[in-house]
Amino acid sequence: MNPGLPPAVRLANDIAIQFAHLPFAEGVERVATHMRAFWEPRMLRALLAYIDAGGPDLDPLAAAAAEHLRQPA
Amino acid sequence: MSLLKEPDLGTPGRKGEATVEVEIDGLPVKVPEGTSVMRAAALAGVAVPKLCATDTLEAFGSCRLCLVEIDGVKGTPASCTTPVRPGMTVRTQSPRLEKLRRGVMELYISDHPLDCLTCSANGDCELQDMAGVVGLREVRYGVGEGENHLDAPKDTSNPYFDFDESKCIVCSRCVRACDEVQGTFALTIEGRGFDSKVSPGGLSFLDSECVSCGACVQACPTATLEERAVVDLGMPTRSVITTCAYCGVGCSFKAELKGDELVRMVPYKDGGANEGHSCVKGRFAFGYATHPDRQLRPMVREQITDPWREVSWEEAIDTVATRLRDIQARQGVGAIGGITSSRCTDEEVYVVQKMVRAAFGNNNVDTCARVCHSPTGYGLKQTFGTSAGTQDFKSVESADVIVVIGANPTDGHPVFASRMKRRLRQGAKLIVIDPRRIDLVRSPHIEAAYHLPLAPGTNVAMINAFAHVVVTEGLVNSDFVAQRCEDFDEWARFIARPENSPEAVEEITGVPAADVRAAARLYAAGPNSAIYYGLGVTEHSQGSTMVMGMANLAMVTGNIGREGVGVNPLRGQNNVQGSCDMGSFPHELPGYRHVSDDNVRDIYEKLWGTPILPEPGLRIPNMFDAAIDGTFKALFIQGEDLAQSDPNTQHVTAALAAMELVVVQDLFLNETAKFAHVFLPGTSFLEKDGTFINAERRINRVRPVMRPKTGKHEWEIVCEIAQAMGYPMHYDSPSQIMDEIALTTPTFSGVSFELLDRVGSVQWPCNDTAPTGTPIMHKDTFVRGKGRFVPTVYVPTQERSTRRFPLILTTGRILSQYNVGAQTRRTANVAWHQEDVLDIHPHDAEVRGITDGDLVSLASRVGRTTLRARISDRMPVGVVYTTFHHPVTGANVVTTEHSDWATNCPEYKVTAVQVGLASADAETAANRVAGRVAVPTAGG
Repeated sequence: MNPGLPPAVRLANDIAIQFAHLPFAEGVERVATHMRAFWEPRMLRALLAYIDAGGPDLDPLAAAAAEHLRQPA
Repeated sequence: MSLLKEPDLGTPGRKGEATVEVEIDGLPVKVPEGTSVMRAAALAGVAVPKLCATDTLEAFGSCRLCLVEIDGVKGTPASCTTPVRPGMTVRTQSPRLEKLRRGVMELYISDHPLDCLTCSANGDCELQDMAGVVGLREVRYGVGEGENHLDAPKDTSNPYFDFDESKCIVCSRCVRACDEVQGTFALTIEGRGFDSKVSPGGLSFLDSECVSCGACVQACPTATLEERAVVDLGMPTRSVITTCAYCGVGCSFKAELKGDELVRMVPYKDGGANEGHSCVKGRFAFGYATHPDRQLRPMVREQITDPWREVSWEEAIDTVATRLRDIQARQGVGAIGGITSSRCTDEEVYVVQKMVRAAFGNNNVDTCARVCHSPTGYGLKQTFGTSAGTQDFKSVESADVIVVIGANPTDGHPVFASRMKRRLRQGAKLIVIDPRRIDLVRSPHIEAAYHLPLAPGTNVAMINAFAHVVVTEGLVNSDFVAQRCEDFDEWARFIARPENSPEAVEEITGVPAADVRAAARLYAAGPNSAIYYGLGVTEHSQGSTMVMGMANLAMVTGNIGREGVGVNPLRGQNNVQGSCDMGSFPHELPGYRHVSDDNVRDIYEKLWGTPILPEPGLRIPNMFDAAIDGTFKALFIQGEDLAQSDPNTQHVTAALAAMELVVVQDLFLNETAKFAHVFLPGTSFLEKDGTFINAERRINRVRPVMRPKTGKHEWEIVCEIAQAMGYPMHYDSPSQIMDEIALTTPTFSGVSFELLDRVGSVQWPCNDTAPTGTPIMHKDTFVRGKGRFVPTVYVPTQERSTRRFPLILTTGRILSQYNVGAQTRRTANVAWHQEDVLDIHPHDAEVRGITDGDLVSLASRVGRTTLRARISDRMPVGVVYTTFHHPVTGANVVTTEHSDWATNCPEYKVTAVQVGLASADAETAANRVAGRVAVPTAGG
């Protein structure tokens, strides 16, 4: 873990690694379901802002899950 | 009520459906087979004189006072050791028996000081009572004439009770209580014949193995072992039945008072959790409630650097409400939140989460379970369907194999540990999975069949290996799995993979595969196998995964749904179960129902008259992150010392310091209060009126022993804050709050104060289906219908030992102290633990030049502290251990931000550290004066 990561990124990576053994699409669904059930909306906003800023250290599974949860503007 | 003296039937009851009918003094009585004549007589209403017998201990037959005559039997057998036989005719009174008893009493009294009028046990002495019962009028041998023990020394070394040997009648009740009830075997009868005497192993009580549970004091029929408070204050005159506020065992006590003064706490025999037993904390360490450190007036200050200013309740409540609304107006509705306390009652917790949801208008409520058993909630809900342990405590009495994982019951849950040890002494097999060699591994008359000292952070690999053995060796309970569970095939394929075999994980856990295989076979063979676990399971990066792994193991072997089995979290705090049940989590309303469920929200929205947000709120660590990020500005903290108990102290204190308003409701100005702007004085358990829920889901009444010293109940304060914020919230009494809980929560629908006062306690679910509660869950079907197998892939923690930090620190607690020590440090319990120490293996100490008692520095990548080392081979090489009871040590300065992936529960149990001799800069002494030793590591 990189302790310098923004909290939402660190937490998202922690979740993603637990589902890394699954087929990617299933993993995305599981990570997204978990985030939807347990994350306060500003945490997801922070994660999406990190993605939008080109943040390099987000697990691809977590990034895909966050995109899955992105609300239309 | 007046002083409650519970009936003593002389010998323990016997189980079994077969009964025996006998006649005692002409009275017919039917009792279970194996019952003693003494107990049968008591049940018939006939009290047989006795001294060495009491119904919490097996019969001993030494005092010869309980002699009876039985038709067809020669002599006068002792009624305590004689079992009833069909048709037996017994006489408890006759001239011969009276003469014999008087003779016995004469011998006792001849060596007993006749100071009854000035004796501390006057009025509560069985010897005195028996002298009266047998009609003793003279002592032919004189009193104190000839050789006697009247000048025997008095041992006052224990801070809570005295041992006055001169009054001892050597009935062995204390010795047997220590053996049978507590299971410590600290006492013995030393010497022979006239020289026989009770001895704590030839030492003083304080220096002995005695754990001060009080069982011996309770068992003593004279003033030989007597509470110091009774010696000082005299006999209490009235009792209030209430519930202990320390650990999650939730023992029932008789608070015994003299006027308004609490004299002593005596464990209540009818208490479902403890059945008359206690530990040193619940029995004796209640003095903090009246400690002069308690802050009894509300206080406010503008800045945390300002001095506190005592104010009226009105001003304090108005300040809180005004500033919260002001922050919301400027920073948004979600900029504030609250934390509920597992030390408070269900009713106090319920109103805080209601205040947050209805008055604050968000779901930013969390509870201290976040940092302990939140993974239990997640894991058991995923697999079984509800967030609670499966058994009652009594269930352990039917277990054949007991697995203890990541728990240290003899220190953390001592009263339950005594039950467990009793079962182990009866022959149940024990498996301990723990890096440390905890006391249970080898203690008097107990030896674990297997101790698997796994490397910290490898629980999931270990539990997977257990399940692998079950699945690959044909040990699956196929009928149970087929009828009761789902998703088995996928899970079985996963668990059977070679990487989950004991041989494969040996390199990960460090435990020989052969031991793991043997232990797994033992668990699977049962027939009744039970898992008990603690924070050594939950406080890991895969805490939730491990809980699911244990649930998988229990299901695949069919060890769910009956007595003697189950998956049992040993909950940390007195009401951690209740605080979770009451909707303290930011994603759940009371009864573990997700906030996104429209039907559930609708119940509360209609009743509370306000909308509830459908999205989860912030968890405690998220609140800290948001505070540092600038989007979270105010926090109401009910009875939790975040600054001492939560990990990575620097991060916590930075978050607290970043907030505009921190409100602390507590007994004491704790470490967190240093960052508070408003202090609202709380009430101790002796002042509270409500309920606690223990680890077995048992709802116990907490009854007020005294009026609130602060002038207000905590639930009243919360209601007044909500009202001052413009949200109408009022209750006339805590029973009204429970009525609202019952009205809105299906698992509590049958609960009321009236029911609890009538039946004592109930275990939820308590509803139309189970009107007196549910001791064992998932009997015929799981709460979620089918039990669900969940694949549990082992993912190593990212906290790794390195060359710079080569050791792994794990933290925990000890018997005499409790959590952050706010209560126990303000009692005489400091006699046993005056400071946190670092346990280190002799090898790790030697290579660092550390000797026992040396001052050492303990450093991680986030902080360092200084404490004394204790060389201990109960630690494995490479692992060190300490407690977090003292703020001066600040063990959480070194713990990190790693957490359970599912719940954010901190990974307290794995921190990479380095230990070295502290430099001789007198840092400790100097900083202890300043109040803190721990500091962040430069460059982190």
